Amino acid sequence: MSETPEMEFEGVRRRGEAMSPSEVAAWFVREVLPLEGILMQYLHHNWRNQSDITDLRQEVYVRICESARQRFPDHTKRFVLTTARNLIINRMRHEHVVPIEAVADVDALGLAIDAPGPDQVAMARDELRRLQGALDCLSPRCREVVVLAHIEGLAGHEIAARMNISQATVSEHLANGIRGLTNMLFGDGRKP
Amino acid sequence: MSEAGEGRIAENGAAEIEAQAAAWLQRRRYWNWSDDDQVALEAWLDQSLAHSVAYWRLDAGLGRAERLAALRNPEQEAVEIPASEKKPLRRFIPVLLRIAATLAIAAVLGVGAASFVLRSHDRVYSTPVGGHETVSFADGSKIELNTDTVVHTRMTSEQRVVWLDRGEAYFQVKHDPVHPFIVIAGERRVTDLGTAFVMRRDSGRLKVAVMQGRVWFDASNKKKPQQSALLMPGDVVTATADSISVTKDSARALANGLTWRQGVLVFKYTRLADATAEFNRYNRQKLVVTDPAIAQMTIYGAFPTNNVELFSRVVRDVLGLNVRDNGNQIVISR
Repeated sequence: MSETPEMEFEGVRRRGEAMSPSEVAAWFVREVLPLEGILMQYLHHNWRNQSDITDLRQEVYVRICESARQRFPDHTKRFVLTTARNLIINRMRHEHVVPIEAVADVDALGLAIDAPGPDQVAMARDELRRLQGALDCLSPRCREVVVLAHIEGLAGHEIAARMNISQATVSEHLANGIRGLTNMLFGDGRKP
Repeated sequence: MSEAGEGRIAENGAAEIEAQAAAWLQRRRYWNWSDDDQVALEAWLDQSLAHSVAYWRLDAGLGRAERLAALRNPEQEAVEIPASEKKPLRRFIPVLLRIAATLAIAAVLGVGAASFVLRSHDRVYSTPVGGHETVSFADGSKIELNTDTVVHTRMTSEQRVVWLDRGEAYFQVKHDPVHPFIVIAGERRVTDLGTAFVMRRDSGRLKVAVMQGRVWFDASNKKKPQQSALLMPGDVVTATADSISVTKDSARALANGLTWRQGVLVFKYTRLADATAEFNRYNRQKLVVTDPAIAQMTIYGAFPTNNVELFSRVVRDVLGLNVRDNGNQIVISR
């Protein structure tokens, strides 16, 4: 059974045609982002220099979205991990660092590629805990700004007035907050 | 990154792109946003797929965080905000609560008494068992009522409110930010933010599934503080008297749940117990499964909602079960 749905929410996708950017974006958010935790585990495990991980993740995403413009893969998880593996092997060849055999094979990872995911209600509960953890990882000032914006729904200038800080500082905290929350919610829980 | 072979991000590291994407996103979400800003953002996104991917990712992360945050118990929130600083959306809810309370009393007294309380521009629409009706409104919104369903509506120049009293309905709403479209089911409210969604209410359980756009879901009762969530396409909320859960359904699963709009029920390895319960919503002559072991057998196929006979025949011929029509009921046994 194909993993791509027969019906999209807005308009019907015709097979064999190039995907529109919004279709690729929707596919990316729906199918790829939930796998970020697994991808990050794989990258952390197979690449020694941890400061390169963000670059590697982005390169994997760019490559699979480039490919998805032509066609959505049948098995997203396998495709994401294989792309990551190929990328790492290319890098290692280029840098002459370690033999290719050192890269964990996708199948050897022990990830049940096609197994059903955990119970979705349990996942939602787990994510609530993650969100709390993600908020706790932000600096106190950043957290205060994020809570006012995301949870209380205040606009940027309202936050600046309320906390008596400059609008530029509010912007900075909001941007950092968005990155921190995203990394914690989708990633493998490590701080990038 | 230094190697020339990875030129796409070599001159501009991923962390830098992510920082730029976050800066754009926070500007669009929390500050004044002009058409020129939008043009500039789109130009930046078009510069490279790396820009787009970083932006999509953070946008989804922010959305996820906001929805989770909205589901949290308000008592856990770290910062107390005076009510006057909250957004208007939260302020109008108590008014709705009062309206809902008035009608809840009416509902207890029964439909006859309820219509006594209703105002002149209020309308009641209902379908019998097996019925299917589409109601169109002047603003372009539509409500499709499934079998055995009662809604009443108040469409005025000031407000658009629908009460789902019983059953299931599919809502296609023409969005109007000044006059939000609100559906009330007991203690739960759904506020449209530009939307198609389906709501089903039966025996203490409410299910809301979003097909398009966004809706705002609120639940409250005396025992628990108010819980709210912003729902996106694919989100399904199931609320009972003491629990609320949000799950994600695939587009296909949601589409299967809406085939009643074409007068068809689709079962995919559905337990006989669930399939017959679903069929019984549409037909006066009820299917009864006596043996719990039989109830666990699964059935696959598409059936017209009013064709109990076809369903019975498949159960008999495909599952090899005994089907007996005794006038009032159709009994399925070994």
